[in-house]
Amino acid sequence: MSKVKSCTLNFGPQHPAAHGVLRVILELDGETVVRTDVHIGLLHRGTEKLVESKSYNQCIGYMDRLDYVSMMCNEHGYVLAIEKLLNIQVPIRAQYIRVLFDELTRILNHLLWLGGHALDIGAMSVFLYCFREREDIFDCYEAVSGARMHATYYRPGGVYRDLPDKMPKYKNVKFSSKSKLDDLNKNRNGSLLDFIEDFTIRFPKCIDEYETLLTNNRIWKQRTVGIGVVSPEDALSFGFTGPMLRGSGIEWDLRKKEPYEVYEKLNFKIPVGKNGDSYDRYLIRIEEMRQSNNLIMQCVDWLKNNVGKVNLDNFKISSPSKSFMQNDMESLIHHFKLFSEGYCVPEGEVYSKIEHPKGEFGVYIISDGSNKPYRLKIRAPGFAHVAALGYMIKGHMIADVVTIIGTQDIVLGEIDR
Amino acid sequence: MNNSLEIVIDLLNKKFGNNIVCSFSKINELTVEAKDFILIDLCYFLRNNSSCMFSQLIDLCGVDYLFYGLDNWSHFNYGSFSRAISKIKNDNLLDNRFAVVYHLLSVEKNHRIRIKVYLKTDNLIIPSVINVWASSNWYEREVFDLFGIFFSGHPDLRRILTDYGFKDYPLRKDFLLEGNVEICYDDKKCEIVYEPVSISERCIIPKVIRNINHIKS
Repeated sequence: MSKVKSCTLNFGPQHPAAHGVLRVILELDGETVVRTDVHIGLLHRGTEKLVESKSYNQCIGYMDRLDYVSMMCNEHGYVLAIEKLLNIQVPIRAQYIRVLFDELTRILNHLLWLGGHALDIGAMSVFLYCFREREDIFDCYEAVSGARMHATYYRPGGVYRDLPDKMPKYKNVKFSSKSKLDDLNKNRNGSLLDFIEDFTIRFPKCIDEYETLLTNNRIWKQRTVGIGVVSPEDALSFGFTGPMLRGSGIEWDLRKKEPYEVYEKLNFKIPVGKNGDSYDRYLIRIEEMRQSNNLIMQCVDWLKNNVGKVNLDNFKISSPSKSFMQNDMESLIHHFKLFSEGYCVPEGEVYSKIEHPKGEFGVYIISDGSNKPYRLKIRAPGFAHVAALGYMIKGHMIADVVTIIGTQDIVLGEIDR
Repeated sequence: MNNSLEIVIDLLNKKFGNNIVCSFSKINELTVEAKDFILIDLCYFLRNNSSCMFSQLIDLCGVDYLFYGLDNWSHFNYGSFSRAISKIKNDNLLDNRFAVVYHLLSVEKNHRIRIKVYLKTDNLIIPSVINVWASSNWYEREVFDLFGIFFSGHPDLRRILTDYGFKDYPLRKDFLLEGNVEICYDDKKCEIVYEPVSISERCIIPKVIRNINHIKS
């Protein structure tokens, strides 16, 4: 009988299950993986070099495009860092709006993760169900900023503008009836907050649908239980954060341990896993979606009952509104200076971190007192996770490689920057 | 400043004395500037000591201080009537041009610390902390790739983010944003070739340094 030599397989950059452009070179012994070599950098866009030539507000657009499935959370990390250096305090209404959109973004991210992960493993129907819910959240993004994905909504000092009073409605088309149109526009007759409230009432049933399909499914359990087990000590040593760390049993969530914005005032729980395998991480992310829904309900409640400013009155940092700018000389000068030169941030360095859906998203800014960042380092949660991919895959089979890449919830945009 | 960080500062000063400088910023962040030869001892101490317990290396990055504090819109000499943008360059060989910055987190004690190690321009070698925290593997590869700083003792120091066969170190300040080479497809050879870059250097937003106290208003 002939012996089978180990072969090297290129899990190439162009692969539907590689979650972007990720290249993994697998050394196989039959079906089992013996060694891996992970290549990233195929989506490297030079973000950290580019932001050194742009003013602070112009860089917010770059932050959106880092982790392109959870846009506003990236902006949040960056904007918090600038605010710490400028030593400014954001108005309370803006803080609630930021928390609201952070949690909507968390649901957005976890829905894509669930759809993508299930699709990779083979449960293809979950994918379209998840994307149906994402459409509603994209409509929220569009109502508030004008863009479905890359919103550039957060600014140092608050957010760009207040929540709209009206929600865009579906228009009449030739091939659809009026009753169908009224059905679609049922939850869009009020303001954006009414639309989000309707979403929070509907959403737990949607999560129940996904759980019905997957949680007690024999095949799902066989594919995820015991796969990609990470011990707590290894999770800490590899720099895991977020659901990857909580899956291994370590209770660490920045929203509870190092609270920012208004998380201290809100009620929510943190799910923590026991075994450190992919099934635990799946359960954690499902529960996080339910907790995010709860948080959104609390924020909508507060925002409906309280009014206030959403950005600073200090026109040296936040730009004046169009009506001021067109009528008042000083506002015109401020507007000109802000958009041609930008504000100067005092000398210093800061590392600010938020609980991003994937883990701890950190932004390290060094400022030398000028209007452009001197050094901006983006600490992407996925970078540490992908670095440990070789350790996690060892001993598993090729099919499990796909499961483990999925459970790490990686997006190459933030890893490569 | 919270109590646990005060204890850490005391312990560090007692053990490492003159080889470190601790500073606590207004934003409640503790920065420790250390010499490169005590880096490994410092890291093991911070990880293992029961009052420190910095079990996670959250981030490791490099910094190039070549153009620090230099601007290209000089408004001091001509009473802000100057119109020309001058190119930023620094011909002085800085002694501490590069720095490697480590961000540590203690999940047990809920505190953070930043370690900074400055490097001499003619000696860009620093010991690797891969045996202390496994997460430093790829972070050190990235710093090597983008700045050219060598990590002695690293098992696999190769390029990670830039192209296969890329030359030079992109995040250094003397590497232009436009780069050195660009890719295009050569019809005759029917393959992708690298050519010198064709776009010229430009500055859309000049760098200005102003000391305005707008925070107090």
